[in-house]
Amino acid sequence: MHVSHLSLVDFRSYAEVELPLDRGVTAFIGPNGQGKTNLIEAVGYLATLGSHRVAQDAPLVRLGAERAVVRANVVAGSEPDARAALLEIEITPGKTNRARINRAPASRPRDILGVLRTVLFAPEDLALVKGDPSDRRRYLDELLVARAPRFAGVRSDYERVLKQRNALLKSASAAMRARRGGAGTPDLSTLDVWDTHLARAGSELLAARLELIEALRPLVAKAYESVAATESGTSNVDIRLDYKSSLGPDVHLAADREHLAAALTDAAARMRKDELERGVSLIGPHRDDMVLSLGPMPAKGYASHGESWSFALALRLASYELLRTMGGDPVLILDDVFAELDAGRRHRLAELVSQADQVLVTAAVPADVPAALSGVRVDVSDGVVRRAA
Amino acid sequence: MYEGVVQSLIDELGRLPGVGPKSAQRIAFHILAADADDVHRLATALNEVKEKVRFCVACGNVAEAEQCQICRDPRRDQSILCVVEEPKDVVAIERTREFRGRYHVLGGAISPIEGIGPDELRVKELMTRLADGSITELIIATDPNLEGEATATYLARLVKPMGLRVTRLASGLPVGGDLEYADEVTLGRAFEGRRQLDV
Repeated sequence: MHVSHLSLVDFRSYAEVELPLDRGVTAFIGPNGQGKTNLIEAVGYLATLGSHRVAQDAPLVRLGAERAVVRANVVAGSEPDARAALLEIEITPGKTNRARINRAPASRPRDILGVLRTVLFAPEDLALVKGDPSDRRRYLDELLVARAPRFAGVRSDYERVLKQRNALLKSASAAMRARRGGAGTPDLSTLDVWDTHLARAGSELLAARLELIEALRPLVAKAYESVAATESGTSNVDIRLDYKSSLGPDVHLAADREHLAAALTDAAARMRKDELERGVSLIGPHRDDMVLSLGPMPAKGYASHGESWSFALALRLASYELLRTMGGDPVLILDDVFAELDAGRRHRLAELVSQADQVLVTAAVPADVPAALSGVRVDVSDGVVRRAA
Repeated sequence: MYEGVVQSLIDELGRLPGVGPKSAQRIAFHILAADADDVHRLATALNEVKEKVRFCVACGNVAEAEQCQICRDPRRDQSILCVVEEPKDVVAIERTREFRGRYHVLGGAISPIEGIGPDELRVKELMTRLADGSITELIIATDPNLEGEATATYLARLVKPMGLRVTRLASGLPVGGDLEYADEVTLGRAFEGRRQLDV
């Protein structure tokens, strides 16, 4: 799969850009703050409906403009049976974004998910190892959506149930505090209902994550080995990837949705007192984590900087491997990562990704881009994008 | 900004749902240009709707008398009750001419974010109506979204001890549509709710 043309209107620093792209490697070179990342951020937005840099849409729109437009021509497969699709999204902060496929309006932006698939490497990836559980949950959930776009719906349903349930717990908790000393408890009859819906949506998300971890485990171990190889002779560290659920360690034994839903309902009943006291939902996939370990030690806190990078790269490479087994090669985006890596990792990563259908790289100086990734060079300077001769 | 009354008309119109500042301005100037009689009719209709329309004491639907037309109609099946969120849902179901029972309008759906629980809805009134046992089937026709589903689950559990038949409207494929254009959730529901084909 590759993007053959990208156009931006009022996106970030760009008033207007038309950028033809080829298969293979394209390197965007330019000093910091010139707009390299903005270009690949736009590609990522079409694939995930989100930015890897900011959670809100407002910063994506050029200062003074009302809305931004990102348009890309996406070619899937190779000649002679390549299929092209024109994807378009209009980003209007504070309003519903509008998407079009081949000039036909999609009823929801979500409908364009799955047409363009990307795997993005960025300096922020280090947070997958060193950061909060929420970073790892987002990694898992975004991969679920990239694999099967219907999970975008599952994810947003779960978030909606959670919001409603938390609102109820919060008001019940406030009512209890106000009544402390007095008799009576707040009306909890609707909490049971939200438990049911939390278990229903939560079990679907949980089952999918557990299945995903199983699929990722061998891929991450293999990718780690290729990235970290020769570091200490052969890397014979035992890499592990485990799911840590708020339901306890045995959660994977009940991997089908019905059992998980029952387990979630039971756990919610057990935790009710605590939940009412604190006014938040304490059970469910939103409290879970993915535990990465090197041998007997958890990676977080114990891994060296280099090991952490190897792990982060292995997670992204594993996503890439997983996605390419279904529906063809995703577009690889490497945003300023080479500057973060030592020579060995830089070289091995370049080797591993150089065969992808399309690789988009950003770097401040040409020397940051490994030789294995020589391809088209595009200079980005002061918002002007020019293909180098 | 326009002078005095024109601007206040635009402001008032702009507070209506679905009317933005531009539309409000267009409607205001349409009213200015319109026949005085037409405008009076509109004004009378607006006044009367607030003065005359009440809510049916039985079902909560809009009515001009103590009870709405549907509740007053003796030909209606007294044993089936259909629970909906809003009066406009009654109108939608009435258009089908499929349903011959009566309604119960809740006035919304359970949504803790908006501070709406069973006490804010006409749930107590529903329980009172069900108490005498003359109603044997309850059809729950709340919206097929999260809040509507939660309300349906809540009601189903609440009336379970009463032993009456409780049904939920089916979700599934739109009639006359194409299978390939259905979204995954709808298609999934349609699978769950599939039924035996009688030949």
